[in-house]
Amino acid sequence: MIQKRFMVGILAVLVSVAVAGSVHAKALMMATTTSTDNTGLLDYLAPEFTKDTGIELKWTSVGTGKALKLGMNCDVDVLLVHAPPAEKRYIKDGYAESRREVMFNDFVIVGPAADPAGVQGLTVATALSVIRERGKVFVSRGDNSGTNKKERLLWKAAGGPAPEKEAWYVQTGQGMLSTLNITAERGGYTMTDRGTYIKYSHQHGGKPPLNVLVEGGVILKNQYSVLILNSTNCPAVQKDLAQAFSAWMAGDKAQGLIADFRLLGMALFTPNAQ
Amino acid sequence: MDFIVDGFFRALVLLIHGDPQTLSAVATTLKAASLSIGISLIMGVPAGFCLGYYEFRGKKTARIIVDTMLALPTVFIGLLVYAFLSNRGPLGGWGLLFTIPAISVGQTILALPVITALTASTLDSLDQDLRLTLISLGANKRQLFFTTLWEVRYGIVAAAMTAMGRVMTEVGISMMVGGNIKWHTRTITTAIALETGKGMFAEGIALGLVLLAIALVVNVSVSVFRR
Repeated sequence: MIQKRFMVGILAVLVSVAVAGSVHAKALMMATTTSTDNTGLLDYLAPEFTKDTGIELKWTSVGTGKALKLGMNCDVDVLLVHAPPAEKRYIKDGYAESRREVMFNDFVIVGPAADPAGVQGLTVATALSVIRERGKVFVSRGDNSGTNKKERLLWKAAGGPAPEKEAWYVQTGQGMLSTLNITAERGGYTMTDRGTYIKYSHQHGGKPPLNVLVEGGVILKNQYSVLILNSTNCPAVQKDLAQAFSAWMAGDKAQGLIADFRLLGMALFTPNAQ
Repeated sequence: MDFIVDGFFRALVLLIHGDPQTLSAVATTLKAASLSIGISLIMGVPAGFCLGYYEFRGKKTARIIVDTMLALPTVFIGLLVYAFLSNRGPLGGWGLLFTIPAISVGQTILALPVITALTASTLDSLDQDLRLTLISLGANKRQLFFTTLWEVRYGIVAAAMTAMGRVMTEVGISMMVGGNIKWHTRTITTAIALETGKGMFAEGIALGLVLLAIALVVNVSVSVFRR
């Protein structure tokens, strides 16, 4: 008798758990970078997108390297990424069929107020070579994200290969906000997109332990684009939904929303869709 | 240090006010975990029972394999399951990637060895006299089998609870095959990873305490059920 009740109990549990996961009629799956998610931009845009188009936006936030990989494997419908050279190669290789620039901000080099390497106000190339020369701690994402790709490019532009095993070169393998926290703990320098830096300042009540030391110049521009995957490579991809998202992001409403997305009175991203 | 205290109060606020994001993460965690524990029990208890109850050739090797599987790293399972469920993978057509069942598939791989190994060792440690007593009382094979199964019921419950703890607290699988998608596949642990990554340590602590609270509720209900 008790045995029976025990078995029935187990059975009841199993049956009740068999119902899991619901399928939404129209849901767009996007892979995007940590910066668009960590800053809260997507949380702010997604409800508006759903309201206007009836499409639910789901996203997984990973580094640009992994986002491109997820697209290559057809696991998502659309990408919102920021690594123009890699994106152009991606289209050439036939993984995406179109790319639409939607917004930008810029990269900055941040470090402690004391500035032990003395890089404040220098150009990026000089600043990086000074940090290299003096062997001051530089914290890198080290995760093949858009920011990391850009940083490695800048090291090369500063003369010489990108650092790898140097004792002062710290590769975190983590997102931008984590990397900023690690940089502050280590009293080092790092390169970040301005949007994430403003978010970080905001978290520290406008008085972050890291200051912007190097900024400006075309080379530090950080362009975000929407990529629609190639339906020849990925026949199952929801191309119409992806196109709707791309068009919506470039439309007046979303562009206005992006311009209005501010923290501490500063814009995190500047819309620039053509 | 402040964020630990902050986190404690945030946890209370989240639970008392029923914060929708937290509730969604709690629901996802419970759905994924119960699904995977359910499947693991269906497969693992008979497997563990065979491994502990019967004598057969290769039994020792089987035990070593199962025990080794206890050390499977969760990120590795996540990567393997991703490789199979990706649209480019052999099971891509199932469309499971970035869903709760996908997380459950990975978690089943994690929980199955735990349930199998613990069920088997419960049977090992069962009083050898029980078998003799039953036989001398004239029990037939079928009665012997069911009585033994009945005797190890608490061991199986303990195995399920251990597996539940392992499954609810893993982050590697949920992150990799679930994708940490808000309102869909964000579990408590991936939410903690996210909040920590964002530097919101107090939120992370709060969510950790919420997870502990759930574990407490589960354990209390099991102990009531045992009586």
